[in-house]
Amino acid sequence: MATSSDPDRTAVVSGDVRLTTQQLSDLADGGAGIVAGSQASHVAYIGTGGVMLPLLIFASARAGVTFTPINYRLSADGIKTLVARLRDPLVVVDSRYVEELGGPDGLEGVAKRVIVSDDFLSQAADAEPAAEFADPDSVGVVLFTSGTTSQPKAVELTHNNLTSYVTGTVEFGSAEPTDAALICVPPYHIAGVSAALSNLYAGRKMVYLPIFDPEEWVRLIDAEHVTSATVVPTMLDRIVTVLQAGGHRLASLRNLAYGGSKVPLPLVRTALELLPHVGFVNAYGLTETSSTIAVLTPDDHRDAQAAADPAVLRRLGSVGQPVPSIEVQIRDESGVVLPAGQTGELFVRGEQVSGRYTGIGSVLDAEGWFPTRDIATLDEGGYLFIGGRSDDTIIRGGENIAPAELEEVLVEHPHVRDVAVVGVEDPQWGQAIVAVVVPAVGADPDPDELREHVRKSLRGSRTPDRVVFRDELPTNATGKVLRREIVEELRAAPAE
Amino acid sequence: MIKNGTRLASQVCDTQVIVVRSADSLDDLRCGGAPMVELAAERSGELDPAFAEGSVMGKRYVDEAGAEVLVTKAGAGTLAVGETALSLKEAKPLPASD
Repeated sequence: MATSSDPDRTAVVSGDVRLTTQQLSDLADGGAGIVAGSQASHVAYIGTGGVMLPLLIFASARAGVTFTPINYRLSADGIKTLVARLRDPLVVVDSRYVEELGGPDGLEGVAKRVIVSDDFLSQAADAEPAAEFADPDSVGVVLFTSGTTSQPKAVELTHNNLTSYVTGTVEFGSAEPTDAALICVPPYHIAGVSAALSNLYAGRKMVYLPIFDPEEWVRLIDAEHVTSATVVPTMLDRIVTVLQAGGHRLASLRNLAYGGSKVPLPLVRTALELLPHVGFVNAYGLTETSSTIAVLTPDDHRDAQAAADPAVLRRLGSVGQPVPSIEVQIRDESGVVLPAGQTGELFVRGEQVSGRYTGIGSVLDAEGWFPTRDIATLDEGGYLFIGGRSDDTIIRGGENIAPAELEEVLVEHPHVRDVAVVGVEDPQWGQAIVAVVVPAVGADPDPDELREHVRKSLRGSRTPDRVVFRDELPTNATGKVLRREIVEELRAAPAE
Repeated sequence: MIKNGTRLASQVCDTQVIVVRSADSLDDLRCGGAPMVELAAERSGELDPAFAEGSVMGKRYVDEAGAEVLVTKAGAGTLAVGETALSLKEAKPLPASD
């Protein structure tokens, strides 16, 4: 479709590579020929992305083969373990990771064939093309979850899931000819996959920044006249630091989307103040839902910022309203659907929702609802508030405590830059509440003052038993706080 | 019922669609007055001037039964279920989120 609409439009900019829609399509046809010729049942990609990501997504689809981008930051053993879970894969790997994986034969035994990314790119230009139309119910993409709380699960997304997401949230060719998106989310994250699909569908030039760097991000916004971008919380934090140093206006930028995990509210406010001409978008979604299922729009941000009504003001901390093609329910532990204002587990339903894992099967209930395992509340206006993962719930003295509730209070303290609240084993309470605080620059917060700050807003039983200080929180590349690491570290050094 | 993701072509113009949301009504999906067929199927007939309003590339069309098709190639014919024309789906634009 994109090819027939405007074949000569620049579709991808990635380092020195610039491709029109037609060139990308031709390369994908040739790439499909390579994939089909390898007789692989799966294509795996180990690398930083850029042009390789849209190319391999479409080449795999046109060969009727499932595609899996793998986290290149994992150890060689970690990567091999994941590749071994795929059936007869053709593995495409960036040259810089070949050595780490033990040289050209390093993947022997787990891969059917290995090809270096640059070779795939050059061979795709000459290969005998293939262009099959995949069965809509076949699995187009398998993504491994980040596995912050358990072993990575292999999420299966069908072509129908992915296209439903795109057609449900994006109008074809709706971008202006001068629009450009800056993409810096990693290729193995659902946002990386959805960015390649939705921007091509919208007719928006995709500018890739495979290895995130805040200065380079700012430079590319100006150099490529970027009009929209998506960042995860840790990236937003680093960009704000660069902007605060001064000298950048990001004049071309119209939309800045953030998501991936919870962004501290003070950081959102600072970003809004620094970039008054930019429309901010908070996007919420899961791998299992083929990306975004709820959006807090630029207008929502402005309304909340200007609101006198506390209910509207609060929405700055929400993930907005569900997209039109998604239904949501909040249920209690016994499965009863809760009304607005009450907190429970978020269930979602829609064509873009997969809820299916390799080796586990579908976890959808009989009516097609997917349990997100996220704690959530809807307000009277239908705005969705996410209160963290139910797996992270602390049980202290028989009371269930959502860490997010304490974190939202603590991060508003002027001496707190970032915070994670976790439960650690405790002989008296079962679990004790520990707040791990990253102090604001130049601040030296007093633990008792922070505990008092929480006690004033929440019940006494929700006050941290201990407050400890760290220079930073451990996060993965997409900004998710690694709570398990924090707990293990606290357990190893309990006396503080 | 036709499966979501099925691609269909007009027999009498260039229109091609993909089924986004199926319903039983699509069993009688027509374009330009003639039944739509699988891409590889043989085609015959002529455009009916009463159904020649055209289809627009990239737009979604819906009927009252909740069926939805996406035009992947524009053509001269009107999309219809039986003799009732499909209507253009007006989508509330969402901001770019990825």
